[in-house]
Amino acid sequence: MFLTGFALKDRQTREALALWAIRLLGGSFLLVMAALVLYLAVQGAGAISWEFLTQFPRDSMTAGGIWPAIVGTFGLAVGSMVVSIPLGFGAAIYLAEYARPGPLLTAVRLGVNNLAGVPSVVFGLFGLAIFVTFFGFGRSLLSGCLTLGILTLPTVTAAAEESLRQTPASFREAALALGANRWQAIRQVVLPAALPGMLTGAILALGRAAGETAPIIFTASAALTLDEPESIFSEVMALPTHIFNLATNGAHIEATRPQQFGTCLTLVALVLGLSLFALILRARLRKGRKW
Amino acid sequence: MSKEEPILLTPKLSPTEKGAQFFFLACAIVALGQMFLITVFLLAEAGGLLATVSLPEFLFSKEWYPTYRPPEFGALALILGSVAVTICSSLIAAPVGLALAVYLSCLAGRRVRELAKPAVELMAGIPSVVLGFIGLVVVAPFLQETLDLPTGLNVLNASVILAVMAIPSIASLGEDALTAVPRDVQDASYALGATRWETIFKVTVPAATSGLSTAVILGLGRALGETLVVLMVAGGAAQIPTSIFDSVRPLTATLAAEMGETAIGSAHYHALFALGVVLFVLTMAFNLLAYWLGRRWRRG
Repeated sequence: MFLTGFALKDRQTREALALWAIRLLGGSFLLVMAALVLYLAVQGAGAISWEFLTQFPRDSMTAGGIWPAIVGTFGLAVGSMVVSIPLGFGAAIYLAEYARPGPLLTAVRLGVNNLAGVPSVVFGLFGLAIFVTFFGFGRSLLSGCLTLGILTLPTVTAAAEESLRQTPASFREAALALGANRWQAIRQVVLPAALPGMLTGAILALGRAAGETAPIIFTASAALTLDEPESIFSEVMALPTHIFNLATNGAHIEATRPQQFGTCLTLVALVLGLSLFALILRARLRKGRKW
Repeated sequence: MSKEEPILLTPKLSPTEKGAQFFFLACAIVALGQMFLITVFLLAEAGGLLATVSLPEFLFSKEWYPTYRPPEFGALALILGSVAVTICSSLIAAPVGLALAVYLSCLAGRRVRELAKPAVELMAGIPSVVLGFIGLVVVAPFLQETLDLPTGLNVLNASVILAVMAIPSIASLGEDALTAVPRDVQDASYALGATRWETIFKVTVPAATSGLSTAVILGLGRALGETLVVLMVAGGAAQIPTSIFDSVRPLTATLAAEMGETAIGSAHYHALFALGVVLFVLTMAFNLLAYWLGRRWRRG
């Protein structure tokens, strides 16, 4: 009697201890994350003003704003999507709708999966070797967009394929039964159903492209430009590289601290805003879906 | 798409149909071709180094003095720097990430989960340069003062920040794996009189091992390939670390720091591409391991 009672109590204690240890570990990380975002918001808010967002840097970057970096990041992120959306959606349609199981399908799938795990700095090297040097585009907006485009291609492709595969087979069968050919079925039935999901993936990739630093350090970015980019062959400033440059180079690291925090907050707000938008879109989509 | 061949009543393909199919095939081939191109360009640019240094010397010498005359290109210290921060960060990221995954999928109430799960996914998207910046202005001074170190930019700092970066992705992928465990398996465990913890630890987690190990490996792969964090907070000294308070210069940091100041086509330029190949091979190994683990456990 005594022994079973003791064992039971022991078991309950262990149960409680283990569960609280998990809660503590998990919960404390959530708190750390919240504290981090709050810290950035408090420190950055002081630096952000209308002038900060709309002016060029002045006085060795200790004053003025980050307008050219905002323009550059916008150009790089949108430009990268111009590369990766058509290619990624096209590849996804092939993978989900046309490809039959076989060596080609396996090869493409393996290639896409592997690309997704390649470090972004390696994409930067590749961009430097092929776009900057081999094609002679130089350090430019164009080289940066192409590099970021192939960097985001695996993410865009995988999300689009996933969304296409979630569209029920009965949709296609119904279209084919009505006499549509395969392309008509895809264009008029499958794509309208899958497109919102495909775009959600693309928005997430857009956020990632905006926050990437390593691939654009040597393919696109300049420490300071005095004008907005004139063409796709201009070097551009970007928010991530601006943070990096201000925080690690030059004689004014301490003096530009407010600018650094302000730029961080701007970038985080931009990236998290885009991701949040995509997540809300996805949640809405799942709720509203009738299949 | 269903596995059966759809019955096509129009045996002859129209030109648009053929054109569409051709276009999408071309897209897929370009996507595949990129993998091929990356490999070819990296190897081609790295190959130029062999005129200066032999492969064993490159891999096993620890002298990295690319700007000396004559320069020395030994990558061992850089490789071990990468390995050190990856292992140390995994010691933090794996337990915390998995605990968070278990918490979110098995313990948290509905309301907490509905808020915390998307929050964790959002956190996975915080740009690494911002986390590196936090390491630089918050963690480094803190470490330096509390532990009385010569510098706060070291393996420990980099590992902490890398862990903060990897935990959300480990937690998010891990939560998916745990949630995918069928409900009736857990119900059966409860029906046999197991407690919550026993069910989680002996039934749910083992059933999700495949997904959980993939989550950890992918998180580690991310830490290994991460550039900005280690560039900003690992200290940048090309030496073999002997303690977690040593500064290191991981592969990625070396690439990012030195590529901008190198003449295209010089020996240094080729050496940096060779470092890129090493990095590429290491991350590829991580990917294959994740893929293999996923398949192995699924079969078992």
